[in-house]
Amino acid sequence: MERITKRFAGVTANWAVDFDLRAGEVHALLGENGAGKSTLMNVLYGLYQPDGGRILLSGREQAFSSPRDARAAGIGMVHQHFMLIPSQTVWENMILGHEDLPSILPKKDVRRRILDLSDRYGLAVDPDAKVWQLSVGEQQRVAILQMLFRSARVLILDEPTAVLTPQEARQLFDTIGQMTAEGYGVVFISHKLDEVMAFSQRVTVLRKGRLVATVATEATTKERLAEMMVGEKVVLEIDRPAMAPGRTILECRDLRVLGDRGFPAIRDLSLSVREHEVLGIAGVAGNGQQELCEALVGLRTADRGRVIVDGEDLTNASPRTFIRKKVHYIPADRKGTGLVANMDVKENSILKRYSARPVSKGGFIDWKEVASFARTVVSRFGVNAPSTETPVRNLSGGNLQKLMLGRELSDSPKAVLAMHPTWGLDVAATKFVREQLLAQRERGAAVLLVSEDLDELLSMSDRLAVLCKGELMGVLDAPDRTPVETIGLMMAGTPLAEIEGAEVSA
Amino acid sequence: MEILVPILTAAVRSGTPILYATLGEILTEKVGVLNLGLEGIMLLGACSGFSVAYFTGNAWLGVGAAFLVGAVMGLLHAILSVTFKGNQVVSGLAITMFGTGASSLLGRTMVGFTIPGLPKVPVPYLSDIPVLGKVLFDHDLLLYGSYVLVLFFCWFYSSTRPGLYLRAVGDNPRAADAMGISVDKNRYLYTMVGAGIVAVGGAYLSVSYTKMWAELMSSGRGWIAVALVIFSIWNPARAVLGAYLFGGVEAFQLRLQAAGTTIPAPILMMLPYVMTIAVLFVIAIRQGKGIIFGAPAALGTPFYREERD
Ligand SMILES: Nc1ncnc2c1ncn2[C@@H]1O[C@H](COP(=O)(O)OP(=O)(O)O)[C@@H](O)[C@H]1O
Ligand SMILES: [Mg+2]
Repeated sequence: MERITKRFAGVTANWAVDFDLRAGEVHALLGENGAGKSTLMNVLYGLYQPDGGRILLSGREQAFSSPRDARAAGIGMVHQHFMLIPSQTVWENMILGHEDLPSILPKKDVRRRILDLSDRYGLAVDPDAKVWQLSVGEQQRVAILQMLFRSARVLILDEPTAVLTPQEARQLFDTIGQMTAEGYGVVFISHKLDEVMAFSQRVTVLRKGRLVATVATEATTKERLAEMMVGEKVVLEIDRPAMAPGRTILECRDLRVLGDRGFPAIRDLSLSVREHEVLGIAGVAGNGQQELCEALVGLRTADRGRVIVDGEDLTNASPRTFIRKKVHYIPADRKGTGLVANMDVKENSILKRYSARPVSKGGFIDWKEVASFARTVVSRFGVNAPSTETPVRNLSGGNLQKLMLGRELSDSPKAVLAMHPTWGLDVAATKFVREQLLAQRERGAAVLLVSEDLDELLSMSDRLAVLCKGELMGVLDAPDRTPVETIGLMMAGTPLAEIEGAEVSA
Repeated sequence: MEILVPILTAAVRSGTPILYATLGEILTEKVGVLNLGLEGIMLLGACSGFSVAYFTGNAWLGVGAAFLVGAVMGLLHAILSVTFKGNQVVSGLAITMFGTGASSLLGRTMVGFTIPGLPKVPVPYLSDIPVLGKVLFDHDLLLYGSYVLVLFFCWFYSSTRPGLYLRAVGDNPRAADAMGISVDKNRYLYTMVGAGIVAVGGAYLSVSYTKMWAELMSSGRGWIAVALVIFSIWNPARAVLGAYLFGGVEAFQLRLQAAGTTIPAPILMMLPYVMTIAVLFVIAIRQGKGIIFGAPAALGTPFYREERD
């Protein structure tokens, strides 16, 4: 790829970026969130039309007008959010876009080929399972098989380890190793330095849409890559002073919650969070974290069990009751559940206080009051918006998150539930969000933090609960002193008690 | 048993236009496009089908013309909702209004005309089965066409590559696109074919069922079909059940009226519509409890490739 430029309304995601891939190598594409890694690869995959530059394949210039062309040229991509059809089976997903199959599907044939491939690359899947029933790790295997089935020669993996347990990640690298040995070229997008150092032959670093450098992995160090990636040195280390937890603020007992499909997403879960405490929730995405948070703030009914806030039973109370009791929620889905995309900054800032004084006066909204409140939020939380009249749909992820934090944390909450609060943010914004959450802990709030980033959980949490398939695998009292392997096993479904039992007997 | 035969036969016959419309709309909705223009498209199909059948003397040419007129309306809907990404509800309602008005205007001169319609073709052997033979296998070919279509669609959705792609586009256009399937092409094709089938339902009404044209003769069947699509959970086999149920209610109330009951006619005529509301009510409750799935996940939403969701 030569001098690729891609602009979106208002941002230049790639600016004259060069990138090349050789057969048989693992080429890591490294950069902070928002650096333009996914965009660059989506251009290669034909999903985005570049505004400048050209793509060469074995020396010949290509014009990909859609993924169909790129796939025909042997390029396959596994997106960060897998491109699968949840309602269809694995084998049906496997043949999507496969034009050379006959119109009447040779089901037996297809299934045999899937099993062959999955055997050969150690990617175990059940061809007849429906995709929505699969764990994220299994879905990823389906997505990779999908590309192998299509006999791609170049495989692009967009942040493939973000959703895997450490053990699953290692397995994935075994598969990648085998594929490169057979001559595949693999592009591996990541912002995790350790993986990049361990598993790639060359690294290309992007920063703010521009190419920083392409280097051989052997010839560089983790520190130098970090500096290239971030520009100046930003210290992510945060300081979490030891604190004695106070009384229990948020608690659930034997909680059972149904997911969207009517099956239990949380099974008989009991947890509690105390004042001055961060309870981390670890687990692979989709193991009940979302449903748990929703049940704890009144957005989803509890099928069984109880939710107790500061000693008061609030099981299945309305979201408004939870808000009144100062339980605040920072949802993962910023523009859906968190903010109203088409409303402006100032309207969004008062979504939880519109009905009470001083904003509401005799049933009317005092817009002067609103504007002054919005200005306070914007300045205190460093929201970078052209004005408080800008619709939030035009804000970047980091600013959306700051605005939401501002709204939720301005009320001196008793409990804060934050779901993936730093997902997709750059280092500076990540640091800010983490500091704000820790400031709440210091103030005396109980903080529940759901994240997929194990490093984040380890540095933030006083205690760490691990979920798998909606069940509690155990709560670690000193997560930062627990081996990562143990947490990985728990995420994969082994209860803590069992792991400890095995250690004692060994 | 024997007294039931005429009512059941009438149920099948009056359910057939609804069945066609439901099958057509299921096709369109499965690819992710909501077309609320059914009522208008049925009327246009009935009107164009009847006039071509009348002036050419060939009923089949009428049916073919109806299909084409329907497909053109589908094309219009696709241009508005796929290419220009307009609001599909508004576009559908506009098509209904246009179809209602246009068919009334164009059909004015044909009021009172009749045609011989389509000949009955009893299916050999099958029509000799007691009761069922008379009810199901003693009709014209256009009615049998709906049986063929049901079987075809059941097979098409589950066992063919185009059927699989169609469902993929309706469930997750972003993924389908990333897999190299053209979202727009699929949506155009099935919106047009679906609307064509809806129009054939209308043509059945004028060419076969009544053998005449009357203004607003579809009398809400298009809307009933919209409800039946949900009732059938986008499954063509269940659509049969729903369509004949409604056909049955209609046949039954007509019988009662003819028999001269003391129940006022307007009350009887309300029955199919009351039942539609009842069915939707039950579905809404069950959906609330999370029992019903099957709606194409991207139904009614336009697709933009380079936009984030
Ligand atoms: N479809 C899109 N529409 C508008 N802006 C986008 C789109 N995709 C990415 N961007 C913007 O482009 C920049 C690069 O994004 P991306 O390539 O996703 O980064 P990375 O994958 O390195 O985290 C970001 O500022 C992002 O907000
Ligand atoms: Mg990315």
